[in-house]
Amino acid sequence: MIRFFLSRLLQAIPVIFIVITATFFLIRSAPGGPFDADKVVSQEVIERLNERYNLDAPLHQQYFDYLHHLVRGDFGPSFRYTNRSVTEMIAAGLPITFELAIYAIMIALIVGIAAGMLAAVKPNSAQDYIPMSLAMTGICMPSFLLGPLLVLVFGIWLQWLPVSGWGYSPGDKVLPAITLGSTYAAYIARLTRGGMLEVLNQDYIRTAKAKGLSTFNIIVKHALRGGLAPVVAFLGPAIAGLLAGSFVVETIFQIPGLGRFYVQAAFNRDYTMIMGTTILLSCLIVFLNMVSDLLAVWLNPRLTLNAKN
Amino acid sequence: MNLLKVSNLSVAFHTRDGKTQAVDNVSFAVAHGETLGIVGESGSGKSVSCYALMGLIHSPPGLIEKGTALFDGIDLLSASEKTMRQIRGKRISIIFQDPMTSLNPYLTIGDQIIEPLLLHDKISRNLAKQKALTLLEEVGISNAAVRFEQYPHEFSGGMRQRVVIAMALITEPELLIADEPTTALDVTIQAQILALIKKLQQQRNIAVIFISHDLDVIRYMADRTLVMEQGLIVEQGHSKTVFESPQHPYTQKLLASIPQKAKASLYQFRPKQADALLSLSNVSVSFKSRESRFQAVNNVSLKLARGEILGLVGESGCGKTTLSQSIVKLVDIDCGEIRLGEQSLHQLNPSKLKLARKHVQMIFQDPYASLNPRMTVFNTLAEPLKIHRLIDKKGMRDKVLSLMADVGLDPSWANKYPHEFSGGQRQRIAIARALAVEPQLIIADEPVSALDVTIQAQILELLLVLCQQRQLTMIFISHDLAVVRYIADRTAVMSEGQIVEINNTETLYQQPTHRYTKKLLSAKLSSLSAEH
Repeated sequence: MIRFFLSRLLQAIPVIFIVITATFFLIRSAPGGPFDADKVVSQEVIERLNERYNLDAPLHQQYFDYLHHLVRGDFGPSFRYTNRSVTEMIAAGLPITFELAIYAIMIALIVGIAAGMLAAVKPNSAQDYIPMSLAMTGICMPSFLLGPLLVLVFGIWLQWLPVSGWGYSPGDKVLPAITLGSTYAAYIARLTRGGMLEVLNQDYIRTAKAKGLSTFNIIVKHALRGGLAPVVAFLGPAIAGLLAGSFVVETIFQIPGLGRFYVQAAFNRDYTMIMGTTILLSCLIVFLNMVSDLLAVWLNPRLTLNAKN
Repeated sequence: MNLLKVSNLSVAFHTRDGKTQAVDNVSFAVAHGETLGIVGESGSGKSVSCYALMGLIHSPPGLIEKGTALFDGIDLLSASEKTMRQIRGKRISIIFQDPMTSLNPYLTIGDQIIEPLLLHDKISRNLAKQKALTLLEEVGISNAAVRFEQYPHEFSGGMRQRVVIAMALITEPELLIADEPTTALDVTIQAQILALIKKLQQQRNIAVIFISHDLDVIRYMADRTLVMEQGLIVEQGHSKTVFESPQHPYTQKLLASIPQKAKASLYQFRPKQADALLSLSNVSVSFKSRESRFQAVNNVSLKLARGEILGLVGESGCGKTTLSQSIVKLVDIDCGEIRLGEQSLHQLNPSKLKLARKHVQMIFQDPYASLNPRMTVFNTLAEPLKIHRLIDKKGMRDKVLSLMADVGLDPSWANKYPHEFSGGQRQRIAIARALAVEPQLIIADEPVSALDVTIQAQILELLLVLCQQRQLTMIFISHDLAVVRYIADRTAVMSEGQIVEINNTETLYQQPTHRYTKKLLSAKLSSLSAEH
């Protein structure tokens, strides 16, 4: 177990390093810079700003300086929001995004697994076609369309739920969570159906039936663990994707989460902010993938951590 | 008094290609404590008729068209799902064919064994465990308390089948359906398992329906025998009568297909000179993992003359397949030397190796898995010709068609895909592919094990004719002693990576000298049923 963690951590270091390097040079190679936006400022001011933020040094020098700060845990100051450091901004936004992601993944798991199982128990029937058509719609429907639609129906016409905000009025977390979770619910439904169908065709399911087990018991005791394996494998990347993809939902519902900072940073060429959020997200992706691998091993007695290395 | 009486059972499957009558108006009965054997080839409907009794036919596509199956007064075919659940696993148990797939890999074997007990008898977990441990010891699983907590993948095939048997017997059923319970097992294990089922049956007075394609197994196990062909019962009666004086032509054909003795003298190898085509000296192969080292082949030496057929027998895991793979360099050897003609195979550079590989071709066990499903027969056969640049485009078609004719395939089928062929035909394709590059040595790894006995007889005949015509040398690997006796000039017996005995086939079968050879031969069922 410890060995597994250590070897995974060692593997992660070069990955993160490549992400840092690639992002660093890519954002700087894009045309424009952090200070040539909106209003025209004098050359002198720009030079002073560049000096202040270490942008006048040669590129490789900037890179090594950045790495130097990074290993000490310093993401640097935001280029856009004066007097705020990237660390502060992430600390403010991350918990909100995290909370949103957790609600969304809960919805995705509950709805997705239930729908997938319903479909798999009676394949090629209405019980299969209806949830699967809905799932297909869910996959195809982008959140920037689904979000406003939900707002229109539940917020404006029915007036059941608030249309925006996060933690200001009761129920304002419901619509964002549904909007963000629905695509993933759809994917999970399809994965569950596929996994369950495969398992339900196995010989050992026939054995279970021959023992006299009811369909419900067969599914719960014999099929679920194997059938959910694809879902578990998907969960790690999915949660990471949720975190990264939350910016659309955060924008629609005016939620002050990390996703919004990320997008704004990209528009504003806020180099340090982009770096900070990218590093954070890639660490999360690596970590969550490791967790989902661990879960897979825990669920399947035939896998061992050594074999996974 | 009959325990089970099946009358006029018909089962059909409706698929895209139309209706298949799997079971056609079948009637039979089983008395208390009796063993009824059902024998037939694949697709004869023997398993389907028994699955229908248990309500295990998926519908659609399956449909029980008519019939009754009275089990102690209850009609199994029309009983409600609730009634059936109380019968399944409690009063009727079933042992499925493949112990590798019929146990749930996610649950410990203990949980799986006691599951029917907890379900039907509503006893405490502790009591159920006690019962299971006793039964596990009884079916020959030592150290049962530890084994109870283990998962299926920690058991060998034979041990898993014992677990499956224990699972079927734990509720003390009145009827046990055994569907090819030993087909996936080695002969010595098969003998043990069959003896075990017999013993338990006699102790508990259970009625058994024993399904098998293996006539020797049925002859050994069954009091009465049914012979099925294409959904119909063609013959039934006391086993002794059915096997000794078969009435129906199909039964006669089945019995005649079992290889009984050595091949005709026409095909016997006559050594011309001491011309060794293949020689192995002190070959060892091992597989290393982080924790352990497994010696798969241990110091094997062997010479094969041109035109000779060598049988290689041994149980699973004895190293026979690894040894054969080392000859075509699919695995690397640790030490020793393999010479084909004048060349030392494991010292060749890649381009020379490619040339040498042309001379050695393999035929694999499973003709379903070893042919690419997305390639037509023509492309499958043309590919090796192209790779080795043996023939130009113009000659290709003629060459492929003549190959097909050589192995008894209609050349007009050249554009068909593998799934359109039967098992035997596919194995013919595989043989044609091996022959395409005109090799000197053929390595056939269990080439007939997946085939029905009548088809097996045809393929063996084909191999003999081809070897004769083309002066081929062959290594024929099999776990089936009768088949090897029929085809091989010399036979080598492998055990735990070593060749323990090698001799002329007839001498070896009649006067085995090594302990292990004797054990193998005595596990053969024809010798068991003789004393029965």
